[in-house]
Amino acid sequence: MAGTVQRTINVKLRVWRQPNRDTPGHFEEYEARDINTDASFLEMLDIVNERLIKENKDPIAFDHDCREGICGSCSMVINGNPHGPELGTATCQLHMRKFKDGDTITIEPFRARAFPIIKDLSVDRTALDKIIAAGGYISVNTGNAPDANSIPVPKADADEAFDAATCIGCGACVAACVNSSAMLFMAAKIAHLEKLPQGRVEHEQRVLKMVKAMEEAGFGNCSNTGACALSCPKEIKFETIARLNRSFLKASVKRRS
Amino acid sequence: MAAETKSLDSKIPPGPLETKWENHKYAMKLVNPANKRKHTIIVVGTGLAGSSASATLGELGYNVKTFCIHESPRRAHSIAAQGGINAAKNYQNDGDSVLRLFYDTIKGGDFRAREANVYRLAEISPNIIDQCVAQGVPFAREYGGYLTNRSFGGAQVSRTFYARGQTGQQLLLGAYQAMMRQVAAKQVTLYTRREMLDLVLVDGVARGIITRNLVTGEIETHAADAVILATGGYGNIFYLSTNAKLSNATAIWRAHKRGAYFANPCFTQIHPTCIPVSGPYQSKLTLMSESLRNDGRVWVPKQPGDKRHPNDIPEEERDYYLERVYPSYGNLAPRDVSSRQAKFRVDEGRGVGPTGMAVYLDFRDAIKRLGKKVIDERYGNLFAMYEKITGENPYEVPMRIYPAVHYTMGGLWVDYNLMSNIPGLHVLGEANFSDHGANRLGASALMQGLADGYFIIPYTISHYIASTPLPKVDTNHEAFREAKADVEARLNKLLSVKGTRSPDDFHRQLGHIMWEYVGMSRNEAGLKKAIEEIRKLREEYHQNVKVMGDANYINPELEKAARVADYMELGELMAHDALHRNESCGGHFREEYQTPDGEALRDDKNFCYVAAWEWGGASTPPVLHKEELKFEKVQLATRSYK
Repeated sequence: MAGTVQRTINVKLRVWRQPNRDTPGHFEEYEARDINTDASFLEMLDIVNERLIKENKDPIAFDHDCREGICGSCSMVINGNPHGPELGTATCQLHMRKFKDGDTITIEPFRARAFPIIKDLSVDRTALDKIIAAGGYISVNTGNAPDANSIPVPKADADEAFDAATCIGCGACVAACVNSSAMLFMAAKIAHLEKLPQGRVEHEQRVLKMVKAMEEAGFGNCSNTGACALSCPKEIKFETIARLNRSFLKASVKRRS
Repeated sequence: MAAETKSLDSKIPPGPLETKWENHKYAMKLVNPANKRKHTIIVVGTGLAGSSASATLGELGYNVKTFCIHESPRRAHSIAAQGGINAAKNYQNDGDSVLRLFYDTIKGGDFRAREANVYRLAEISPNIIDQCVAQGVPFAREYGGYLTNRSFGGAQVSRTFYARGQTGQQLLLGAYQAMMRQVAAKQVTLYTRREMLDLVLVDGVARGIITRNLVTGEIETHAADAVILATGGYGNIFYLSTNAKLSNATAIWRAHKRGAYFANPCFTQIHPTCIPVSGPYQSKLTLMSESLRNDGRVWVPKQPGDKRHPNDIPEEERDYYLERVYPSYGNLAPRDVSSRQAKFRVDEGRGVGPTGMAVYLDFRDAIKRLGKKVIDERYGNLFAMYEKITGENPYEVPMRIYPAVHYTMGGLWVDYNLMSNIPGLHVLGEANFSDHGANRLGASALMQGLADGYFIIPYTISHYIASTPLPKVDTNHEAFREAKADVEARLNKLLSVKGTRSPDDFHRQLGHIMWEYVGMSRNEAGLKKAIEEIRKLREEYHQNVKVMGDANYINPELEKAARVADYMELGELMAHDALHRNESCGGHFREEYQTPDGEALRDDKNFCYVAAWEWGGASTPPVLHKEELKFEKVQLATRSYK
């Protein structure tokens, strides 16, 4: 039982330090010694920060909150991979048992034109909210709803909608993309709503509006490398993007005619 | 003992329980649609209660200003709720009804909640499901396309709607999306990465807030006609809890210090199924949804100190203690009861795992009965989460679980209209005390948050605005300037201490005191000791805290320092409340008051009231205000799950 073996390792960190968006950043090296392998990656950073504070040094800023892989706050690129080496895992769920004694770990923020750096590993991802505000919803006011069972939804559709809806909005897909595209993020929301009969009504308008908002927010376009899906902590499928492309084409043609 | 004043007016409408809300909705005043846009409402917090309130008030035409501590409103901690949301739909035809949900909630809360509020909650519950489905929340369905349910603790019907183990996420995204639609419509203005650091009262009425911009450090002032706090609970006072790291008590504590009463602060929920602590570096605890108890069986070895691998312990040497002690509810006994039973087993030396501070939650029999595929469909993401954290595969080895602080039933006192004793200050969701009494049932937090936000506050706040003279006030008012100066002075003071211990270091120590003496079971001597130790620690805090950096830029250490300063005061109030309540009820277990077989022993004659505390000042004790609880519908009974 892995949980019963207490083991510690020493690792070396190369961490991106940048005081604010206007000052150039650089890597700094830190020793993280005697780290229990059952500690999470963020707990390892907590330990490093506590030690920095003891030495009167500025602790490393990073976003985090739920620490159970659902709030989407963590935004680190670890050894070149958003959220680190483990598939389907957010940084906060990554544990030190995945690393070896003596490893050097490089930690950078999610980098994208649409995600300006706030400090160190903390970036501003509010551009993603702008995409949702443009149309990532079903236009229903409170109080309008019919009985929940009045529209049966085939289980397979409901399950597919759910799979797409599990996106945590962390932006790893953007950080992984050579073009800093938010296509996977956007496609997941569109697929979620399109799969449900109540969401189909405004599907085409939604696609047009969200795509426009994505471009305006400074995200790039998709060139089909698939890196986004590999980095996704919720394993949103890459095919979701192809589906969005079809929808977009159809909606654009319709709008012109 | 604290001085007592007259009882509180909860403004429960007259008439039979079943028609109170309907009649009240008719009796309340309305705001003309054309006038709504002239009114500004501040909403603090964007969890289920805050987002749903912001969306709905925006739809109605109010000018809404919404604040959240996160970079995005979607990250609020409701996102992490796993198991489900209750509603009296009776889709299962298993005997559920509004009355039954009402009764289960009152009983689950150990008869310490307000009947009228709980009835309204049950009455509204079906509308919530309708609303969420209309928004596209992908609840679990049967092959026929209809919604499915599961069971939760404290109920003998299946009334919990769920979206795999991510129900909170899906409900929150529904509310968030509805709110973002209002942001696009310019009805809601969002202020992200803002922390509320004070409430502003003008002539005794809540008219605004002071926030700190967590990126620039700027202290900002915001005025409004009414203020809504939906800032969640205070469980993080224990340092280790299932709450997210940013969840904190500062907004409600600051409102309390401005005069809002804090009700039943000692009613905290220790959730029975969390992943145990693994070491001193532990930063938070992770819940394993109560829904797992639908199919998982809880056990410990019969022999104390049995160190064998769980799979090597034969059936006859296992004690399925919940099934043994509570044959009719079994593994689905309510949270407070299940947590205490786990503690008893550990105290008997029968705890398991490397620390001995855990019990098993075993799926072996369910996997045998239903197959791995069904279990995966029901709990796949929870099993994966467990494996990521512990490195163990729960399909092969039983989970190790232990109770952890999860939810706080106490909170700011509110009347039937969800308004605190400060006119204009409304409090929703976990931040208020209203519906769960001394113990909350599983899958009821989501229900309450959304009931408050979608279906209650839009009516009651309109009534408040329509029936209250609200002279024009802006942030140039002296009250704003004073409150802003207070906040700045408070932060500068923390920065100027330049001691040797970090806020986290103090917080861990405070959490330890709280867990030890104000945790799962309490007694008089321990509570007195807690008060003494908290005072000592608080004194040291203000002389020896070390806060790096300055106030003018992003500074998580300063944020933590201000929150911990507030916990240092709140902790004492919690202990004080627990000490005054000489009975055991729900999550509040006083060792002096128990039945011969170790169950909570209530004292309805002396403690059938809500204890609402008024801040007495730094050195004077808090003042107790009582709201007597009158039960018209239900009979006060011993709460039994046997």
